Amino acid sequence: MTSTLTISHLTKRFGGVEALSDVSLSVEPGQRVALLGHNGAGKSTMMKIILGLIPFDGGAVTVCGATPGSAAARAQVAYLPENAAFHPALTGEEQIRHYLSLRGERPAQALDLLARVGLEGAATRRIGTYSKGMRQRVGLAQALIGKPRLLVLDEPTSGLDPVSRRDFYALLDDLAAGGTAILLSSHALTEVEARTDRILILSKGRLMAQGTLSDLRRAAALPVAISVAPASGQKAALAAALPMARANGDGRLHLDIAQGDKLAMLARITGLPQVADLEVIPPSLEDIYSHFSRRDGQ
Amino acid sequence: MNRILSTAGVEFRIALRNRWVAIAVALMVVFALVLAAAGAAPTGDIGADRLSVIVASLTSLAVYLVPLIALLMSFDAIAGEVERGTLPLLLTYPVSRAEILAGKLLAHLAILTLAVAAGYGAAALAAFWMDPASAAGLPALLRLVASSVLLGATFLGAGYGLSALARRPSGAAGLAVGLWLGAVVLYDLVLLALVVSDGGGALTTQALPVALLANPADAFRLFNLAAAQASAAAGGMGGAAAAIPLWQSALSVALWPVAALALAIAAFRKVSP
Repeated sequence: MTSTLTISHLTKRFGGVEALSDVSLSVEPGQRVALLGHNGAGKSTMMKIILGLIPFDGGAVTVCGATPGSAAARAQVAYLPENAAFHPALTGEEQIRHYLSLRGERPAQALDLLARVGLEGAATRRIGTYSKGMRQRVGLAQALIGKPRLLVLDEPTSGLDPVSRRDFYALLDDLAAGGTAILLSSHALTEVEARTDRILILSKGRLMAQGTLSDLRRAAALPVAISVAPASGQKAALAAALPMARANGDGRLHLDIAQGDKLAMLARITGLPQVADLEVIPPSLEDIYSHFSRRDGQ
Repeated sequence: MNRILSTAGVEFRIALRNRWVAIAVALMVVFALVLAAAGAAPTGDIGADRLSVIVASLTSLAVYLVPLIALLMSFDAIAGEVERGTLPLLLTYPVSRAEILAGKLLAHLAILTLAVAAGYGAAALAAFWMDPASAAGLPALLRLVASSVLLGATFLGAGYGLSALARRPSGAAGLAVGLWLGAVVLYDLVLLALVVSDGGGALTTQALPVALLANPADAFRLFNLAAAQASAAAGGMGGAAAAIPLWQSALSVALWPVAALALAIAAFRKVSP
């Protein structure tokens, strides 16, 4: 299987600052990949390079078997910019008709596309009167034109309400099922966890981690938190039996256990007579994300 | 070609909604009619028909108005896309920068042609109403329309170039005003000062024709005055127009749009979104 997008040892400098250093990755057809990172981590820079909007300094990038920005690549790649903007004097339908013509598609599909993103009612209104979420949907509609082989989405769900987000990811699932590779950037791991096949974490221009969520969880090896509730009147006795536990104001005892010690510790706690209940709290997605995005330079 | 036409259609619609079409047409019609009315006073002994006289006045008007309208329509073309944030998305489409500019040019040129035709047409109607012999001036009028469109194309191209260089609409507007003042007003003043101080020396006979041909606005004036029978009525430049062969001014009028567009495309290619 040939990858839709291949990046190897990509380096990009702005002045003396390395915006991307030695980034390598590939995206296969039908794969949904999330690109995570703080502001300034290099997400947008990487996307602009993939789209051929800006040049790069080192490494190699292949998009659908072609050079980024070449006519062949542009014909097969669709883009949704962060804060999609359009000319305010045009209606949604006119704007989409124009984009269809630019891609060599029939302009008559415009209403159909707008209906797919729930904008059929506003098609004849000027974009200047649209809300931010509606503009974002126009952006999404134009990205759906002509079955692209690679979809590059920069913060696609910013400005969308939760219901629209769900519809949006459902659209992506359809596209991916048809073989479109999807690369989307986001700030939040919680949002993309169930909706993407693979996660890339970018920090200060370096690719810190990549893999499925469980790969990342394993690689991070963050401690598991265990919260133990003592039986009534047994708090002091339980604290004596578990000297490494911290007592919080909630009357429970808390322990942080390395992944490998988890089962042994659980067995030990459940064997204690003073225990009324216990909860195991795996590291949160945000913890895993912070772990990878902060590791650099510490 | 489809991509260029679609771009042109969108740009025309935008200009229509921003009232650029109405403004350009109204401006040309009002000024042309005013000139036609004012030109009605000195008549009879020039030995030319009314329309030829009006064409001479319209030439002087077009030299100022056509570049102004062209620059007003074009200064926002690229800087506006940069400011609105619409350029990066557009550039990811399978459309070349030259095609984008060609589409914009087509739309803006159509508007300019509309304005010029409406303005000159109104003046011509007035001329026919006053003097039935005006048919003799029709070829001059057609030449004026054609050369006005070419002059417009030159300054549209220049406006796109400045728009790409400035990358911000406010900066582009400043550059456009500067270009208009420089090319249309100051250039002639400087030449005039040189000619006066030279007193008919080598500067006037050798350098002046080249300097006039090098400026698209002056070449436009020369072309129309030399071609028309009414150069005597135009005064001022009439002498210079007679000294420079028609083919030279025609060539300058025809080549400038090509050069301006080539520069605009080169400047646009340097814009990184």
